[in-house]
Amino acid sequence: MSTDLDNRNTKVMNRFDVTSRLIAKLKHEEAVIGGIGNTNFDLWAAGHRPQNFYMLGSMGLAFPIALGVALAQPDRRVFALEGDGSLLMQLGALATIAALKPKNLIMIVMDNGIYQITGAQPTPAAGVADIVAIATGSGLANSAWAADEEDFERLVDEAMSADEPSLIAVRIDDKPGVGATRRDPVQIRERFMHGLGVREPL
Amino acid sequence: MAIAEQQTSSEAARASSDESWHGIVLQTLKRNEISLIPYVPDRVLTPLIKNLHADPFFTTFATAREEEAVGIVSGAWMGGRRGAVLMQTSGFATLANVLASLAVPYQIPLIMFVSERGTLGEFNYGQSLVCRTMRPVLDSLALEHHTITRLDELEFIADRSIKQAVTTQAPVALILNPLLTGGKVFDK
Repeated sequence: MSTDLDNRNTKVMNRFDVTSRLIAKLKHEEAVIGGIGNTNFDLWAAGHRPQNFYMLGSMGLAFPIALGVALAQPDRRVFALEGDGSLLMQLGALATIAALKPKNLIMIVMDNGIYQITGAQPTPAAGVADIVAIATGSGLANSAWAADEEDFERLVDEAMSADEPSLIAVRIDDKPGVGATRRDPVQIRERFMHGLGVREPL
Repeated sequence: MAIAEQQTSSEAARASSDESWHGIVLQTLKRNEISLIPYVPDRVLTPLIKNLHADPFFTTFATAREEEAVGIVSGAWMGGRRGAVLMQTSGFATLANVLASLAVPYQIPLIMFVSERGTLGEFNYGQSLVCRTMRPVLDSLALEHHTITRLDELEFIADRSIKQAVTTQAPVALILNPLLTGGKVFDK
């Protein structure tokens, strides 16, 4: 695998645009876990769905939370959207997921190489580490960079019928999120459970 | 050792495991339909972890960090499946952020079993110090926690605490004291 990070054959895309493309493809009440910060702000802005869960803290846990949902509901596809900075906090989770092999789990990494929300400081991995290589090395063989928007949609389609967990990495620009999630954790959790059919509203 | 003797001793071990602290924990988890058990291992928890792995009712697996395990059981709860996290005292010390930003504000009945190191014969100064941070963290978030020291109280405390966590949608920490488990001592 090439480690020349400056000359990658991947287009720089936009988080909100890519998230909107994903949401438009979801026709079977798929669960979506949005990681902390801009990642879930853009999930919120793409249009609230009852099967969306928005994190308001616990940086780095989008994939573990999604893994839990996937293990609880093996017949439902579960997506997790995570930023590169968040993922760096919990790289061990990739190996856990590779060991358990939940075929209904699809991980999407939004990689801009910066902590956009805190002032666009570069991450320690920026320019030196390759997230897909890390994922592959962690045992997630079905990991790929999306070359452009069309390729992203193709990779999502493939992941929808894959028989192993999938990871799709997307290079994104430095734009902030388009919206801002309503910070009401109990309502977020309760509505998510309604959306997953675990509970009925009062 | 003769084969007959091996069988006899393994049967004896199986019979006595129901009376042991780890046998009681396993049966209490099962009775409360808690089937997902991510853990970061601990020497004292070894027989419990081994028996959980051996029982197909449970999905038991190691995670790289304790907060990862908390994320997994939180997601599973929202998806309709109950879990519990096993860890050591030093692992609990890594959890303040996830307790304060996920389990408590989202009202998730996070069930934690913590094997207590750092007291009653600890030989590592760092372990004894990290142990002293555990109850202040739990108390600062007003979390329910019990330190279990007696075998005859274990089932009652564990069973009632699990049921309370679920019905009140609040985390609980069950601290397994060396008086219950024997703990880990220098010559082991």
